[in-house]
Amino acid sequence: MIKYIIKRILVALPVLVGITIVDYAIMCAAGSPLAMLKGPRVSEAAVAAKAITLGLDQPVYVQYFVWLKQLLHGNLGYSIKNYQPVGSMIATHLGPTLLLMGVSLLVSIMIAVPAGIFSATHQYSKRDYTVVTLSFVGTSIPGFFLSLLLVYLFTVKLGWLPSSGMSSLGTGGGFFDIAKHMIMPVIVLATSMAGTNIRYIRSAVLEILQQDYLRTARAKGIGNFKVINKHALRNALIPIVTVMGMEIPVLFGGAVIVEQIFSWPGLGLVAMSAITNRDYPVIMGVCLLSAIVVLAANLITDILYAIVDPTIQYK
Amino acid sequence: MISSDSDNNLLLEVRDLKKYYPMKAGLITHTVANIKAVDDVSFGIHKGETLGLVGESGCGKSTIGKLIVSLEKPSEGSILYKGQDLAKLSQGQMRKIRTQLQMVFQDSYTSLNPRKHIFEILAVPMIYHGITSKKDAEDEVNRLLDLVGLPGNSKGRYPHEFSGGQRQRLSIAKALSLNPELIVCDEPVSALDVSIQAQILNLLRDLQKELNLTCLFIGHGLGAVNYVSDRIAVMYLGKIVEIANAKDLFTNPIHPYTRAICDAAPVPHPLIKKKDAIILQGEIGSNVNPPSGCRFSPRCKFAIDSCKSTDQILRPTQEGSLHLVACDVMVGQNGGVQA
Amino acid sequence: MKQNRIEGERYLQTVWRRFRRHKLALFSLTVLTIIVLAALLAPIIAPYAPDKLVGTFSGRPNSKNWLGTDQIGRDVLSRLLYATRISLLVGVLATAISTLIGVVLGLISGYFGGVIDMIIMRFTDMVMSFPYILLVLVAASIFQPGLWNIIIILGFVDWPGIARLVRGNVLSLRETNFVKGNIIAGMPNRHILLSEILPNTIAPILVYGTSVIALSMLDEAALSFLGMGIQPPTASLGNMLNGAQSLTILTSKPWLWIPAGALIVILVMSISFIGDALRDAVDPTSRGGKK
Repeated sequence: MIKYIIKRILVALPVLVGITIVDYAIMCAAGSPLAMLKGPRVSEAAVAAKAITLGLDQPVYVQYFVWLKQLLHGNLGYSIKNYQPVGSMIATHLGPTLLLMGVSLLVSIMIAVPAGIFSATHQYSKRDYTVVTLSFVGTSIPGFFLSLLLVYLFTVKLGWLPSSGMSSLGTGGGFFDIAKHMIMPVIVLATSMAGTNIRYIRSAVLEILQQDYLRTARAKGIGNFKVINKHALRNALIPIVTVMGMEIPVLFGGAVIVEQIFSWPGLGLVAMSAITNRDYPVIMGVCLLSAIVVLAANLITDILYAIVDPTIQYK
Repeated sequence: MISSDSDNNLLLEVRDLKKYYPMKAGLITHTVANIKAVDDVSFGIHKGETLGLVGESGCGKSTIGKLIVSLEKPSEGSILYKGQDLAKLSQGQMRKIRTQLQMVFQDSYTSLNPRKHIFEILAVPMIYHGITSKKDAEDEVNRLLDLVGLPGNSKGRYPHEFSGGQRQRLSIAKALSLNPELIVCDEPVSALDVSIQAQILNLLRDLQKELNLTCLFIGHGLGAVNYVSDRIAVMYLGKIVEIANAKDLFTNPIHPYTRAICDAAPVPHPLIKKKDAIILQGEIGSNVNPPSGCRFSPRCKFAIDSCKSTDQILRPTQEGSLHLVACDVMVGQNGGVQA
Repeated sequence: MKQNRIEGERYLQTVWRRFRRHKLALFSLTVLTIIVLAALLAPIIAPYAPDKLVGTFSGRPNSKNWLGTDQIGRDVLSRLLYATRISLLVGVLATAISTLIGVVLGLISGYFGGVIDMIIMRFTDMVMSFPYILLVLVAASIFQPGLWNIIIILGFVDWPGIARLVRGNVLSLRETNFVKGNIIAGMPNRHILLSEILPNTIAPILVYGTSVIALSMLDEAALSFLGMGIQPPTASLGNMLNGAQSLTILTSKPWLWIPAGALIVILVMSISFIGDALRDAVDPTSRGGKK
C-alpha cells in the first residue's frame, strides 16, 4: 500500500514540475518574472544592482531555477497593486475558499448519492424521470444566473439571507453568521455538481444492480434493501470516489464566479481582481497553488480508490 | 531436430523461438520475472502441409501464431520464411511480405470491421496491394465469396447480419484474398457451435486441397485438429513435447501428456474401457519461472528424479523417424521407445 | 425490444430509430432547431439592429419593444437574437477546435503508444490540472478578450477530455481482431487510423462533443458576465446578464436579465438532452441496459 502511494507521488512529480514550467512560461509572456519577485519601491540603481544579483542578465532557463529556488523559500513575489507579499495574500484567502469548496462538495454528495441510488432503484418510474430532469436543470443553469436568482429571491424579496461577504459587518463572525452567508454560495456550487454526480451515480448503480452476484444474493433470500446497501454500495463507492476527484478542478472554477458575486473573501475573489488589474504575480501565485491543490486532490482520490478497490494497486 | 530429408521444401522454419513477457514490479519498476510463453520451440512446416498445434490454454500456441504473422516480435530465436528471418526484417521489408502470411482469428465477431460492408472489407486491401484493380474488384470478391460458400449478395451487407459460422467463412475469405502462402488459423472453430464447427473444418479441408494451402492450425480440441492436419505438434507450458504425423500421434502417442489428452477424448460407447487410461492430476503449472527440467514432471506418473533436473529434448523415436518426443523416460537417450 | 439492428439497415438509420424513442430529446431537438433558426435569421427577423438606440433607458416591455430596452436604450429582443447567434457560434467553433486537437492527439497517443503516448498524456494531465476557469481567465487577460480570442482560448483548453476519450477508444480498438487483421494484411498506418479506427470512435466523440458544446456555451456566458469574454457593444447571452450585478437592475428590471439567463438554460438543457439520447442511441449497452 505504501509502495503504491509512493509510486503515485513519484508519478505526480513530473506533472508538478511541468506545472511550474508552464507557470513560469506564462509569466515570461506577461513580463519579467524575476522582476516580479523584487518587491516595491526600489530605485533605479537598486534595480540595476538587484538585476545582477537576481540574475536577470542570465539566460531564461537559468532564471527559471533562480525563480524556483525563490519559490521554494516561500517567496511568491509581491502584488503589483497593493505591494503585499503574494504568499501571505494567498494564505489568508485560502481558508474561506477551502471552506466553501469543502462544504459544497459534502452537500452535493449528500444530495447526489441518495438521489442517484433512488433513481437507479426506481428506474423508468416517474420519480426517476423527475430526478434525471432536475439533474439536467442543475447542470444547465449557469452558476452566475442561479446566484442572481437566489439573491433576487432570498435577499431582495424575502430578506432572509445576506448576499455578500463572509460575515456581517461588526459582528466578527461566529458560526451561524458565517453559515448564513454560506448558504447561497453553497447552493449554487452544490447544484451544478450534484447535477452531474446524480447522473453518474445513477448509471453506475444501474450497472451494478444488474450484476449477477446481486442476483445470487437475492436468490439466496437476502432482502432487497440489504442487497443494495451492503453489496451494491461497496462497489458503487468506486465511481463516487472518481467523480469526487474529477469535480475538484471544476469546483474551483465555480468558486471563482461565486466568490465574485457574493464577495466571498476567498482565493477566487483575489484571483479575479488580480486578473482585472493585470496583477501578474498574484495571478501566477494563485494558478500555481490551485494547480497544486488539484494535483493533491487527484492523488488523494487515487489513494482512496486503492483503499476502496484493492485490485487497483496491481494494475 | 527437424527431419532433414525435405528441408528444402520447408516454407517456414522456426528455430529456438522464445517469447518472454516481462513482469514488472517494485518501486522503481524493474523486471522481476518473465512469463515464458514460448520457451525454445523449433519446428518446420512444409509447403502444402497443414501442421496442427495443440495444447491447453496458456501453453503458448496462440503466441506462436502471433509471432509467425509478426504481430509480435520474438524475444530470441528466428522465424525463417523462405529462408529469410522475419525477426530481422525492417518495417518496409516486412510490409512487402506481409500479404503472404495471413491469419484467421478465433473470435469471428470482432474479426470484421462492424462499420464496413463486406465488399469494402474484402476489396480494399486487395486493391491496395495491387492484387486486383478497381474494375475487377467486384468479380474478385464474388469469386472469393463463392470459394467459401457464401452468396454473392453478401457484398452489400454488414458483418452483424451474418451468423458466427458465416462470419468465420468471411474471415477465411479475407485471409485468402491476399493470396497468401501460409495461413495461421488460431482456433478458428473453438467459438462456434459444434455443428457449425464441422462445416468450417470441412471448408478448410476443401480449401487446403483446392489451393494447396500451407497452414498452421492451432486448436485445443484434438478431434478438430486431427481432422485437418497432416502433422501435429503437442505443446505444454511453452515447449513442444511431441510432434508426429497425425495418424501416428493418435494410434501411437508416446509422451505421457499426449497420451493423457488422447485418453481424455470421450469414446462413443460407455462399455469400451481404455486400458491404463492416464488421468491427469493436478493443475497446469505456471509459466512464470517454470520448473526446471521437464515441465510436465509434477503431474506425470512416470516421472523419475532426473526428469526434474534435465531439460528434455525432442528426439526421434527411432533413427530417421519423423515422430519426435521430448521425454527421456519414454524415449531413451540412445533412441528407442522404452515404455 | 428491438435492440439488434434490423437487417439491411444502415448504421445512421439505426441510430435515428433509437434516438426517436426518447421523447424528451426529440422535443429538445425541436426547441433547439427553432432557436437556432431564429438566431441564424436574426438579421431578417429582429425588429431592430442590435446596436441601435431605439427607446428610453431601461424601458419596460411594451408593444414596440417586446422585451423592453436596455440601460442605454437598445431593444432587448433584438439583442437577444444576436446574442444567441454569438453564443452558439462560440460554442460550436470552440468545440470544433478542441475536438480536432483532441482527436489528433488521442489517435497518435493511443495508436503509437510508447514514449509519444507518455509525453502526450503527461501534457494532458498538466493541462487538466489547471483549474479550467483560471486558465481561461489568465489567457483572456494576456491575449485580450474578444470574439475570436475567446473561441481559440476555449478551444485550446477543452481538448484534454476528448484526447483522453479518443485515446481510450483507440487503445481498445487496437486490440480488436479486425485492426490486427489489417496490420497483418500490411495496410499502412494512415489507413488503419483513419479508415478503421476513427469511424469506430466517431460515435462517442460526437456524444462527448455535444456536452462540450454545452460547456463551452456556459463558459462563454460566464466569461462574458465577468467582463472577460465578449466585449460590448457586441451582445452575448453572458454579457447581457452583466448589468444584473447592480441591485437596482436585479430587483426592478427583470426583463433586462431574466430572458438572457433563461435562454442559456434552455439552450444548454436541450443540447444536454440531445447528447444524452445520442449516447443511448449510439450504444444501447452503455447505460444499465434495457432488459
